[in-house]
Amino acid sequence: MSTETLVSPAGRSEDDADVFVTFTVAGQLFGVPVTRVQDILIPEEIAPVPGGPPEVRGLINLRGRIVTVIDMRRHLSLPKADAGGGGMCVTVESRGESYTLFVDSVGDVITLPRRLREGNPATLDAVWRNMADAVYRTDQGLLVALHVDRLLAIETEA
Amino acid sequence: MDDLLQEFLAETTESLAVLDVELVRFERETSDATILGNIFRLMHTIKGTCGFLGLPRLGAVAHAGENILGKFRDGELDVTPRAVTLILKAIDQIRGLLAEMETTGAEPAGSDEELIGEINALAGGAAAPAVELAPAQITGPNFSEDGFPVAAELLAEVAEAMNQQIIAQPEPANLPEPPAAVQAPEPAPTASAAPRESEAKESATATSSIRVNVDVIENLMTLISELVLTRNQLLQTQRVQKDNEFKVPLQRLSHITSDLQDGVTRMRMQPIGNAWNKLPRIVRDLTVATGKKIELTMQGAETELDRQVLEMIKDPLTHMVRNSADHGIEDGARRLAAGKPETGIIALNAYHESGHIFIRIADDGRGLDLERIRQKAIANGLATEAAIAGMSEQQILQFIFRAGFSTAEKVTSVSGRGVGMDVVRTNIERIGGTIELSSVAGRGTTFLIKIPLTLAIVAALIVEASGQRFAIPQLNVVELVGVSDRSDARIETINTSPVLRLRDRLLPLVSLRGVLDMEACENRDRFVVVAQVGAQTFGIIVDRVFDTEEIVVKPVAPILRGTRFYVGNTILGDGSVIMILDPNGLSSAAGQIEAADAATGQGKAGAADAQAGDLTSFLLFRTGSGELKAIPLELVSRIESLDAASIENVGGRHVVQYRQHLVPLVPFGDAHQWKESGKQETLVFSDNGRSMGLVVDEVVDIVRDRMAIELSSARPGLLGSAIIAGKAVDVVDVSHFLTQAFTDWFEITAQHKPLRQALLVDDSPFFRNLVAPLLASANWKVTTAADGIEALKLREHGHQFDVIISDIEMPNMDGLALAGAIRNDPRWSQVPLIALSSHATKDDMDAGHQAGFDEYVAKSDQTHLPENLTRAVRLASTRAQAHFELRRAS
Repeated sequence: MSTETLVSPAGRSEDDADVFVTFTVAGQLFGVPVTRVQDILIPEEIAPVPGGPPEVRGLINLRGRIVTVIDMRRHLSLPKADAGGGGMCVTVESRGESYTLFVDSVGDVITLPRRLREGNPATLDAVWRNMADAVYRTDQGLLVALHVDRLLAIETEA
Repeated sequence: MDDLLQEFLAETTESLAVLDVELVRFERETSDATILGNIFRLMHTIKGTCGFLGLPRLGAVAHAGENILGKFRDGELDVTPRAVTLILKAIDQIRGLLAEMETTGAEPAGSDEELIGEINALAGGAAAPAVELAPAQITGPNFSEDGFPVAAELLAEVAEAMNQQIIAQPEPANLPEPPAAVQAPEPAPTASAAPRESEAKESATATSSIRVNVDVIENLMTLISELVLTRNQLLQTQRVQKDNEFKVPLQRLSHITSDLQDGVTRMRMQPIGNAWNKLPRIVRDLTVATGKKIELTMQGAETELDRQVLEMIKDPLTHMVRNSADHGIEDGARRLAAGKPETGIIALNAYHESGHIFIRIADDGRGLDLERIRQKAIANGLATEAAIAGMSEQQILQFIFRAGFSTAEKVTSVSGRGVGMDVVRTNIERIGGTIELSSVAGRGTTFLIKIPLTLAIVAALIVEASGQRFAIPQLNVVELVGVSDRSDARIETINTSPVLRLRDRLLPLVSLRGVLDMEACENRDRFVVVAQVGAQTFGIIVDRVFDTEEIVVKPVAPILRGTRFYVGNTILGDGSVIMILDPNGLSSAAGQIEAADAATGQGKAGAADAQAGDLTSFLLFRTGSGELKAIPLELVSRIESLDAASIENVGGRHVVQYRQHLVPLVPFGDAHQWKESGKQETLVFSDNGRSMGLVVDEVVDIVRDRMAIELSSARPGLLGSAIIAGKAVDVVDVSHFLTQAFTDWFEITAQHKPLRQALLVDDSPFFRNLVAPLLASANWKVTTAADGIEALKLREHGHQFDVIISDIEMPNMDGLALAGAIRNDPRWSQVPLIALSSHATKDDMDAGHQAGFDEYVAKSDQTHLPENLTRAVRLASTRAQAHFELRRAS
């Protein structure tokens, strides 16, 4: 389990800065506000939910709580991962429920000053534009900051 | 001090604390309707409870406060600091009175006229109903003859209602005298002085009982689940390591963990009876106050509910019982005039069924006034006249659940201020429940609350399909059948729908794998879990069956709520997460899949629209003129493909030999051309060991849809036409063909006398009133009896009946004993006997048949009661006739 954190030297304790937990999905760097993250884990066993929405990869037992695993590749309409490739989970809270985002790998916790923040490019795919809050220019390339609540507002047909 | 009073003090102290906070919040955000709604409801609850505990002084203050809040809500009064201050003052006054009551155990004497006057002046003075001024005149609780405290204002209101005087009496002096039956002597308790407002001390009651936040218990439960898992891991290690010094302490740890788990689990479960405790007293108070006679019956008080759920339904239940007693049940004279027993009945019944907890509140009162609801809805702007004109009765009834709707002609302190049913619905929906209502004018109103088993602990059967485990609530499981290609029990298909022959019945099947769209696996030996949902029985095909486990049902995440296959999920003892299947969802899904597979695409829409609970499986076939015909699948025991050559003609009748018996074959129409060779499709109906075959041209499909006959038919052999799976079909009346086959078979020449006289034996007036008109509408003359003894008296008097329908559970002489008595005496021994009971398990039915009943109809299946009853009457008379003829012949 990689809960080790590294504060990026780029942004010390600037007031106008946001702290993100970063992760990659299909090579793209993403971030979610560190304040929303409850847990980072390597899932042992994910119980699938047949008949459920495709974004739901399954359920895990997180210390006695049942947490829904969201397949980020699927959710972001990205190609499926190669078989056998592991993944990691970033657990976030939204509207009183816990969800965990299944991603390829989890990176550092970084602080990004507001000045690096830019609005979503107009050309961004509609699905992404809805989930993305902003885009940051970082040393490791562009980071897409995700809006947790919008990300998890998955429509389910009643 | 009285338990009830104690509880009231604790509860009200809490409510007051909330009121303080909320009011201050409200003053800042005056536009927030939810806060106001909250405040209003809290105040209303306090007022309502005061009314029943006989606390007129407190009640009057609360009523005045509520009055202002009501004006806020209706926008008649601006929210000014002065108004809020006045309400806060009223709250302080209540708090002072409570503190006094806690020491003395009774409401202090004195008057709050000044404060109430001030409040009423603000609210518009004379506009306030008279009732709240009553306490100025009558102080302290009143006592009826038997020393029972009665709210003074309640008496006044009742007297008012009796005198048919509607609304406001401006001066207390004009209040009519209380009814003669209830005297109002001076109250015994005389408290010292006016309440010590200034030192409104913290209520000690609030601290003497500990209220634990549910979150704390929830958290504890989570930790214990963790502990259990860790314990299991340790035990596993221990097993491998054999003997070592950890063995004994580990065992102790294991026991303690189990006990702890039990304890916390128990902590969260409470019998629903706890929420009912105060109802008898409330009803009794009302009967004393109103002079009505009301009996409150309670069944299933031991049904366990999650604490949180219980808390949430407590108030709605109280409210609804009050409503029934206050508005529903008529007074004795009116009841007698309407031909009903003088004593009205309010029946509470709680039970577990198909993964839910049901609570039924039924009264046999006057029923809801549809016309008034209609007018009220229009007057309150809830709907336009045109819209209402197009609504069904059921839709109109739903208006009572809308906010701001009250049908009470006058505002009373008992009920009816427009907070009632909408609060009830809100509370129930908050815990994921639903509330349904049905009302028959003059016969009564029934509410059915359905609460999901969320958080409840249930036994579940663990099964596997495609390598994944699922839980099925044990409540729904009837039996398990192992199936394989080699054994007798094997899965067959009609068209593409899988079915299983199970003891002369065709059981529709659903493949779990298919429904959930999972990968197929090689395993050919499988299991069928026979599940029951309401009156429906169907089979679920699974790959493996494990054990039964006690599980804690946890609700699924909101994201999964659109998936209707699951009622929840849970963590098993080994730490794995599994889904809990919803048999209800599976059965309706099955209906859709089957319909979608049907040749025409229209089927899907038809089945999708149908309500899951109302679905019946139909066998569709063609015969005669080639029109599509349908028969409820339940009635068909086998479908045989007969060799045309094996059909023999005996005395003008077609028969086939089957296991050393002759089975008569009946064609659908007289014009049927018997085949000389090839296969002849036949639907076989079996009844008590006798079988007959209905020859058909082609079996088309099995579909699931609603049984709704649109056009009744005059043609013999057809019940009428219906739309099933999007197609117009004729629904076949099986009893017609059974009669044909049997009368032919036994060569009965005697004229079939038309049935006329029916005897209905049931101790519940509610049911007698429900069933008698049903029979009457089918041209029966109905005589009723309340128990077996009464029924047999009729026999002594020489009465004769063409059919006897009897309840099983009755006082004095139950249905089984009655059946025995009927069968053992020649006078009535040939009368067809039908059991009508709420107990309809297979064992019950067997016992019924054993006792001599010809047919058994379940009361619980109300929607199908008319059809079932009609069918049973027909079948029973056919069968009794056959029995009789058989006996005569031998």
